[in-house]
Amino acid sequence: MEILVASAIGILTAGGMYLVLRLRTFPVIMGISLLTYAVNIFLFASGRLTVGAPPILGDATTYTDPLPQALVLTAIVISFGMTAVVVMIALGAYLGGNDDRVDDPVVEDAP
Amino acid sequence: MSLFLIVALPFLGALLPGLMNSAGRAACAGVTFMVSLLAFIGLMTHLPAVMAGDLVTARLDWIPLLGLNVTLMLDGLGFFFAMLILGIGLLIIAYARFYLSRDDNMGEFFTYLLLFQGAMVGIVLSDNVLILLIFWELTSLSSFLLIGYWKHLPEGRQGARMALTVTGLGGLAMIGGMLLLGQIVGSYDLSVILQNRDLIQASPMYLPALILILLGCFTKSAQFPFHFWLPHAMSAPTPVSAYLHSATMVKAGIFLMARMWPVLSGTPEWFMIVTTAGLITMVLGATIALFKHDLKSLLAFSTVSHLGLITMLLGTGTAFGAMAAMFHILNHATFKAALFMSAGIIDHETHTRDIRRLGGLRHLMPVTFGIATLAALSMAGIPLLNGFLSKEMMLEEATHTVLFGMPLLVPVMATIGSLFSAAYCFRFISHTFLGPQRDDYPATPHDPPAGLWLPPAILVVLVVAIGVAPFLAEPFIKVVTASVLGDAADLPKAHFKIWHGLVPALYMSMIAVAGGLLMLLVFTPALGIWDKAPRPEAKRIFDAVIASAVSLARRVIAPLHDGAFTRYAAIMAVTVVAVGYHAWATGTVGAPTRVVQPANLVQIAGWLMLVAATCALVVLHRNRLLSLILIGIVGLVVSVGFVFFSAPDLAMTQLTVEVVTIILLLLALNFLPNHTPVESSVLRRFRDGTVAVAAGLGAAALSYHYLLRDTVAPSISEFHLANSYKGGGGTNVVNVILVDFRGFDTYGEIIVLGIAALLIYALTETLLDGPVRARLLNRKPDQPRAGNMHPMMMVVMTRVIMPVVLMVGFYIFWRGHNDPGGGFIAGLVVSIAVVMQYMASGFSWTSARVRYPYHGVIGAGVLIAGLTGIGSWFFGKPFLTSDFTYVRIPPFEKFELATAALFDLGVFLAVVGAVMLSLESFSRLARRAHVTDSDQPMDIDPSRDDTPKAEG
Repeated sequence: MEILVASAIGILTAGGMYLVLRLRTFPVIMGISLLTYAVNIFLFASGRLTVGAPPILGDATTYTDPLPQALVLTAIVISFGMTAVVVMIALGAYLGGNDDRVDDPVVEDAP
Repeated sequence: MSLFLIVALPFLGALLPGLMNSAGRAACAGVTFMVSLLAFIGLMTHLPAVMAGDLVTARLDWIPLLGLNVTLMLDGLGFFFAMLILGIGLLIIAYARFYLSRDDNMGEFFTYLLLFQGAMVGIVLSDNVLILLIFWELTSLSSFLLIGYWKHLPEGRQGARMALTVTGLGGLAMIGGMLLLGQIVGSYDLSVILQNRDLIQASPMYLPALILILLGCFTKSAQFPFHFWLPHAMSAPTPVSAYLHSATMVKAGIFLMARMWPVLSGTPEWFMIVTTAGLITMVLGATIALFKHDLKSLLAFSTVSHLGLITMLLGTGTAFGAMAAMFHILNHATFKAALFMSAGIIDHETHTRDIRRLGGLRHLMPVTFGIATLAALSMAGIPLLNGFLSKEMMLEEATHTVLFGMPLLVPVMATIGSLFSAAYCFRFISHTFLGPQRDDYPATPHDPPAGLWLPPAILVVLVVAIGVAPFLAEPFIKVVTASVLGDAADLPKAHFKIWHGLVPALYMSMIAVAGGLLMLLVFTPALGIWDKAPRPEAKRIFDAVIASAVSLARRVIAPLHDGAFTRYAAIMAVTVVAVGYHAWATGTVGAPTRVVQPANLVQIAGWLMLVAATCALVVLHRNRLLSLILIGIVGLVVSVGFVFFSAPDLAMTQLTVEVVTIILLLLALNFLPNHTPVESSVLRRFRDGTVAVAAGLGAAALSYHYLLRDTVAPSISEFHLANSYKGGGGTNVVNVILVDFRGFDTYGEIIVLGIAALLIYALTETLLDGPVRARLLNRKPDQPRAGNMHPMMMVVMTRVIMPVVLMVGFYIFWRGHNDPGGGFIAGLVVSIAVVMQYMASGFSWTSARVRYPYHGVIGAGVLIAGLTGIGSWFFGKPFLTSDFTYVRIPPFEKFELATAALFDLGVFLAVVGAVMLSLESFSRLARRAHVTDSDQPMDIDPSRDDTPKAEG
């Protein structure tokens, strides 16, 4: 099972990284979203994988690590905020310049 | 008055001149004067204690672990400088009131002046070197503003920049030196550092620390070879020059050398560096000053020379030298400020500072003539004026100083310095005031109003008083000297006298004055020689150094920083992978400590879905709508994964965030093109693929590695599990961590979320105000539009379901403390309920029914959370301490009431506000002014241009 999670993190990272290196804003935003998933799972997995032991106190004797969960929970919400800001900037750039490239156009003979 | 108040007054007062600006120039200068006067009186209340030799301190612990405490102390030295800063400051304020013209923004000027004054007072009263450094940098910054006050003058701007560069760089060096000193002693408190002379001087770090600190002092006090910035700073308004370059800023370096004197002085290194630099500066400054034609330049170089004199005296390391230095600081501040102000008067009245265009002013400006002549004669070292006394002491000290094993070197150099000093003073007097009256002055000279000549006149009274009756100043200077010396040396017995008998110093003085007069007679031929002699031009060298530094920076940065985001991302990814690989390859890897958990078919199926969706997303990313659907699948699998791995809270959060994110991206796609064109070459795609695969492999390897091993140190999670119920009163540990253990974190996070939403709102407003608006209005949708904007079924459905969703949100909110749920998730759920109304019933219909602006909801959330935290203060507990109790209201079961729930309410509101404000901003872009949104559900879009016939 560990190999499944680890490889999932790897594949999400690779996919995200590839999309981040694209030249238009929308794929880059998609790539950032994929990287967000990868990072969140990575952080979550730092509490190690436990099945069937949620950190809800009761009669159980073992619980999974609650701390990474709390950190990841806020990270998920914040990443929504960040995605929204990035999307807004991308949208503003597109509407303002009618162009959704991420790179500055190469200026010849820059001073 | 509390020392804190004395330091804070100028800073607080700096707000006033700007406010009083519209009330007139007199009011503006008046409040500034009152602020300084108040601080001055506050300082004077400590005079008896200081004269008694007491140490006045004030202390406030700030970050004790870092040694960063706001501690102030007032001893003789600090009092002396604070008195100069505030006292001369008062005269400068009065003078500036009449000096500045109506075109100058007086409020701005006095604001800068007070900022500078506060920073200077802060330096001299600091007892903590770190605080001192902060004030030190503040003086650099505020003096930059003051020197460049006349923004329309290029010389002013360049001079200010040069001053900032030189003193700022010195300040950086000094930070290093002070930190070293703090490391040696183990404390950053000056009072502790000053007790540890032997420890510091025995340390191998003594020399580096000394050099770094002296770099700071020399740059600030314009010592050779950093003297060049001071004359260029003369393009500042004259009140600034008189203030900064006579009494205060340039004395800051001197002050620090005096402050550090007990621990740094007395070693051969100190003696060699400081005395040599001082001696060179003194002679060089005096020589250059003689040949300057600009009155203020002449005075600037003479200041350089006198600072060199004081530095040299401090460098000798004897108690007598220190006393002479302190006395000369007082004398120099009085006569030099008076001289600068006189030069300002001459400039003000004749409209020129060029000494070649002046002369014969004594009858036209008799008052100015009197003031300037007395001050200049004092500077020349003429008996019965205060400059004579300290110069005699300097010459006396010089005869006892042996540098580089040559007993005559210092006395001869000192005499030459004094000779030139006398010569430029005589030139200042004779070429400006004496000689025949001319008829080609740029303006008709006459004496200024009293407001301009009174401040220098007060200083000249002091010049004469101290000169005639030096015993008046003696007790005070001795107290100051005692605090400079500390425990390092005994106070010298010598008294201040005009007549010392026929000592070598007197002969040297006589040679200097006679030589000075002689030099004046041969000035014209001497000037010819001087003009022919090649000299390095400091400004040109400085500009060249700056230009080469800029071009070097460009060369380094240009290849790395070419504006291509993808390039940065690739470079960063490769770097991270390489560093990670290096760590992996060179470190040791422990054996796995955890057993691999078996996976069943269901889990493998989930994994396959995730992998398939990700791969499909990468391959098909050019179809943007499809990629949204694919990323939705990824999000769903991740949510399910969270459920499976015992994280119900995360799963709920991920699921709800997924919904709002997809809506958001759909809204954005409405404006963006639906398709990504093929642009990158195969080679480039291969390169990107390689980088991506490397990054993915790295992430997978790292994750797999640590998933099979336990943490190296026990984590703090056990504490949370053990105390969640006992201390926080909740069984859902994740929620208790969020609202209780790490509540401060969460508080910060909801603020960040709120800021992000406000940023989106602001960007939308900017877009809608600009040229984008027209483009949006004329936009032709690139998709066929739906015939029914608000489908009946959806409208009815969403409205019916709204209360249900709200109740679910309410339920999730309340159960959060004990079961999966809480403010974050409830906030997202409620947001979705509201967004559904926007989607189904339209923007106008919904916004007409929203009673509270979303900004307010965010604000209320942050406020409630903050007030909940503050509430614990009233019970003497730290911020955000929570409390809980169990209550029972009869028909219900026993339930828990916790202050954490109130905090969670704040989180809830902030999340709702932030999500709604973001989404609403996006949809506002879509609104078109000329199309009136229908208020009714179920209507036909009138702007649709494709007819049903076309669709068949």
